[in-house]
Amino acid sequence: MASHATPHVHHPPSGFIRKYIFSTDHKVIGKQYWWLALFSVFVGMALSVLMRFHMAYPDAKVSWFEKLWPTGAEGGVMTPELYLSLMTMHGTIMVFFVLTTAPQAGFGNSFLPIQIGAEDMAFPVLNMLSFWTTLVALIVMCAAFFVEGGAPISGWTAYPPLSGVGEVAGPGLGKGQNLWILSIAIFCGASLMGAINFIATIIDLRAPGMSLMRMPLTCWAWFVTAILSLFGFAVLLAAGILLLLDRTAGSSFFLPAGLVVNDRLLDHRGGSPLLWQHLFWFFGHPEVYIAILPGMGLASNVLSIFARKPIFGYRAMVYAIVGIGFLGFVVWGHHMFISGMSPYTAVAFSVLTMAIGVPSAIKTFNWVGTLWGAQIRFTSPMMYALGFVSLFVTGGISGIFLGQPALDLYLHDTYFVVGHFHMIMGVAAIFGMFAGTSFWFPKMFGKMMNETLNKVHFYLTFIGVYAIFTPMHFIGVAGNPRRYADFKDFEFMKDLMPVHTFMTHAAIFTAVVQVLFFINIFWSMRKGRKATDNPWEATSLEWSVPSPPPFDNFGGKHPRVYHGPYEFAVPGKAKDYQMQHEPD
Amino acid sequence: MLLAPIIWIFAVAIVVVFAAKLWWFPPAISEHGRSYDDQFFITMVVTGVIFFLAQVALGYVIFRFRDRGRRANYTEGNNRLEMLWTAAAAILFIGAVLISTSLWAGVHFAPTSANALKIELMAQQFSWNFRYPGADGKFGRLDIKQINSAGGNPFGIDEKDPAGKDDITSSAIRVPAGRQILLAMRSRDVIHNFFVRELRVKQDIVPGMEIPLRFTAETPGAYEVACSELCGLGHHQMRSTLEVMPPAEFDKWLQAQAQALQAQQQQQ
Repeated sequence: MASHATPHVHHPPSGFIRKYIFSTDHKVIGKQYWWLALFSVFVGMALSVLMRFHMAYPDAKVSWFEKLWPTGAEGGVMTPELYLSLMTMHGTIMVFFVLTTAPQAGFGNSFLPIQIGAEDMAFPVLNMLSFWTTLVALIVMCAAFFVEGGAPISGWTAYPPLSGVGEVAGPGLGKGQNLWILSIAIFCGASLMGAINFIATIIDLRAPGMSLMRMPLTCWAWFVTAILSLFGFAVLLAAGILLLLDRTAGSSFFLPAGLVVNDRLLDHRGGSPLLWQHLFWFFGHPEVYIAILPGMGLASNVLSIFARKPIFGYRAMVYAIVGIGFLGFVVWGHHMFISGMSPYTAVAFSVLTMAIGVPSAIKTFNWVGTLWGAQIRFTSPMMYALGFVSLFVTGGISGIFLGQPALDLYLHDTYFVVGHFHMIMGVAAIFGMFAGTSFWFPKMFGKMMNETLNKVHFYLTFIGVYAIFTPMHFIGVAGNPRRYADFKDFEFMKDLMPVHTFMTHAAIFTAVVQVLFFINIFWSMRKGRKATDNPWEATSLEWSVPSPPPFDNFGGKHPRVYHGPYEFAVPGKAKDYQMQHEPD
Repeated sequence: MLLAPIIWIFAVAIVVVFAAKLWWFPPAISEHGRSYDDQFFITMVVTGVIFFLAQVALGYVIFRFRDRGRRANYTEGNNRLEMLWTAAAAILFIGAVLISTSLWAGVHFAPTSANALKIELMAQQFSWNFRYPGADGKFGRLDIKQINSAGGNPFGIDEKDPAGKDDITSSAIRVPAGRQILLAMRSRDVIHNFFVRELRVKQDIVPGMEIPLRFTAETPGAYEVACSELCGLGHHQMRSTLEVMPPAEFDKWLQAQAQALQAQQQQQ
């Protein structure tokens, strides 16, 4: 046995349950998170197609709608409250269970320890606990669909009083809203456990020679994201508990005196609806970076590897990630320019918001700089990463409009905003996940994905998402408000209906195309070409071990690191890449 | 590579749609609205140039630097370039927001003019109620316990206050052209939002707060008011109209309302 030669080797537990279900192995937990996100993204996408269908065809009778929602779609026609509940759940599931889960907890768990040369995360049991807590949160969230009144209709931002006063304000705001808040609170707990684990692992478990400035940019992104999670989710957890108390214990943190809802005078006094918005966005804005930073780290990583060139300005990239992380906590007020908070505050928040555009621009310049003079290998992860850059630019640039309070006076809560955040935190981040999946699939499952199928999927999806989300900016400029179940009651929106119909068709097309990706995953897992240790000729530590890696990652050996993570095309070397663990 | 032309086509298409104004704002009806359009235009030109150059550059490097079986250039970066584009981005982005500050100040910090007409707004799920002070120029006291939508008292105007007897309420807002309006906005249940596209303003209405909104509409006509903060299942139907009238016509309308109210009260 290998253990004779290397006494430190750790063997995996033998039982099925300890190995695959209640596992403390970071690689298994990473996959569990990845599967959870894959399930969630499927649900979230299905909800979005239903929403888009309703917006284009609000009067259509669909017999199976009635079977699924006997009250919400009586006679097969979707009611506004059903639409709003789908919208709330789409946003919530996508933001929490996909965008927060896959890039950080999924890929981070799978590869952070290997990339820094550790055997596992710092707290393996806590790691297992955080996954299972996340799963409980997902189950509680989905349960909201099945309770009396259905899922809540207050949106993923759950602004009180709408979310705070109960069923009197509308269907779904009773039991459904309680489950929603409960699920978010549980999710916050899970994310806090994960964040502590990530931070401890990066600070404590780096292999000899793995200085902070030799870490791959993915690790930097996971590190800063974990810090954002730690502060952000702590505040959201507190806010969620207060909202739950307002609803169930008669407190008034967010509810002012004199509310007359549905002609009923409510017994609350002294609360402030704006307090919720401050607490929510204090979490909510960093959340945007929680979703996108790991994608940015991964895109940097993938671009450098397949450009066969060092990343342009490694230090600048690190400073930009840290800068975005810091500034991410002082810009939340730009979600509240028109909320009724002091207009003086808006001026301060707007300058800070523009400041956060600077590190984002630096990253974009450096990505182009990385590709300049490159020898680009157009593998599928590279295609997704290039798509990420294009979408990041398109989604980011509209922020220059929205960051100005004066322009937000008109654009706020229009489809311009919906287009903006879907481009950048939705699809750009999802392209990061496509890149991550195709890039690390060989290491996770020991098989290669089908390149041709992935590339077809890439092109169709890239065209599809531009077709869905670009027109949203146009109708936003025309003033179309968001969160409208249909557009029949306003004259000016009737002219915009052809655009809505177009976007609906684009959304259905794009959703259907995703079947290619699902097929590729399941087919490749069984029948894919066997992966070598380092199929991409990359340099970081995960590519120095077998695919998939052994239980303790390095087979009892302790790697030592000699180089930075992006030593490609070094002059005078025989190979065009210098692995981090190779002395020379 | 196929990706380069696809990126270029998207970049050109987006720029063309914005430049041709295929879907656009309705004409502005106020001084503020026209300044808004100027600021939007400046921002659009600046961001449009950055957007176009960035996408074209991305397409170019994809096309130009594909693998030809050689070695890539070894470079770890360039500090001077790094400083240059950091400074350029900072000046452009922060400059854009600084020049728009006066536009924001015009809406929020400008004093109310002496002859401004004060109108009250009470928003509720899912309708709008506007109130004019009537002939005495005073708004009657409000008492939330007396709110009764079905009984025609959506504001809860106190029965006992004589100042409230002549208050005129309406589900649409009518204003005289050219005169500053001070709209005092309140909500009695959840957060709503007053949005008129042609005015280029939008303001949340938060329960428990009275939020002032000042505007001066110049062009007579009828404009749609759309609730722009999610307020429940009827959010998409929460519509009203802003009717901007020549001042003489507005006065006539207000008088007619007062007379109608008087006639109604005498009947009772």
